[in-house]
Amino acid sequence: MDNRIQLVAIIGAAGLLLFVLELVRRRRLLERYALLWLLSALVLLGLAAWRDGLERLANAVGIAYPPNALFFVAFAFVLILLLHFSAAVSRLADQSKVLAQRVALLEERLDEAERRAREADASTDEGAPLAREDVIEPVGARRASDR
Amino acid sequence: MTSVRPDSSHLAVVPAYNEAATVGDVVRRIHADAPEWDVVVVDDGSTDATAEIAHAAGARVLRLPFNLGIGGAVQAGFVFALEQGYDYVAQVDGDGQHDPAELDKLIAHMQANPSLDVVCGSRFIRDNGHRYPAPISRRTGIHIFAFLLSRFVRQPISDPTSGFRLYNRRAIRLFAKDYPHDYPEVEAILMLHHHRLSMEEIPVRMFARGGGVSSISSGKSAYYMIKVLLALFVGLFRRRPLPEPGGGAPVAAETGI
Repeated sequence: MDNRIQLVAIIGAAGLLLFVLELVRRRRLLERYALLWLLSALVLLGLAAWRDGLERLANAVGIAYPPNALFFVAFAFVLILLLHFSAAVSRLADQSKVLAQRVALLEERLDEAERRAREADASTDEGAPLAREDVIEPVGARRASDR
Repeated sequence: MTSVRPDSSHLAVVPAYNEAATVGDVVRRIHADAPEWDVVVVDDGSTDATAEIAHAAGARVLRLPFNLGIGGAVQAGFVFALEQGYDYVAQVDGDGQHDPAELDKLIAHMQANPSLDVVCGSRFIRDNGHRYPAPISRRTGIHIFAFLLSRFVRQPISDPTSGFRLYNRRAIRLFAKDYPHDYPEVEAILMLHHHRLSMEEIPVRMFARGGGVSSISSGKSAYYMIKVLLALFVGLFRRRPLPEPGGGAPVAAETGI
């Protein structure tokens, strides 16, 4: 194997490793998502540095030019990471759906409670309690304005 | 007019996304034709005055902060019904294609058959049980779903995309917890089967849409087909949930063609 490609691979993998660690240190990346990145950077660095191991891996799967085995491993990690993030996004979408539904339900309940409180106020002010059916709601009014 | 009647246990869930042209009429028609039904409109992040018009027409309104799609909107209605203790939920679409006068038929059929958990209004069966053809434009898709579903659940399904359905408390509990996403009606039938809930179709009449734009445009229908087919086949391999304690098991548990 050419020494130059090994140097490029080592620098690239080491740079990735340091960058991921720095992101975790600055709390820009949750540990949960950093683990897979760290694992892929470490494996790539190991294969780039350990020539014999890379050549054996290339022989085992029938890759003629060993550095291609490195690309192959890197590509496999990229696929796994992408799938991992698709799953994470799906979970977030599910959670945000539940949140949106809860917000809508709570907002409606708050609205209803405020309306009842207003009616109760109105009835105590005037002495005679109003039947619910007699309260005329402002047509099309939004909650912020009719408070 | 107020829609809040604590003595009533019927809730009409009206999902509406930018249906300002029709949603007011839908609410008023339910009040007029099915007065024992409470109405909750689920405003699915509309950008027009859907929520205000529905509120002015006398419905309670759930305003979703952003668009969830029909599945998320209807599920919000199920959660609402569960928390408010309703015994029956019916979905009535906000575009005016469902006829609220037919709600009585759904209720009557369920009360006549207490073992049923869901009664589904179908456009494609007649009173004598015979089918009649769907409009040619949408026939293919609906009939493929109908064919597949009928085999999966081993029961004739003529109108798998109909949203005009009546649910009892068991079905409300199930769907408040888990309801399919984008085009939920087809998958929901498979879910009912997996959870050993029973459903039956009865003939209803439906109107042409009163206004607005259908969520299934021609461009999207291919995507719709593929997505629902994927969901159906994946659903076949999903782990079977345990039946609820005390629930009957009127439908065979296994699935397959």
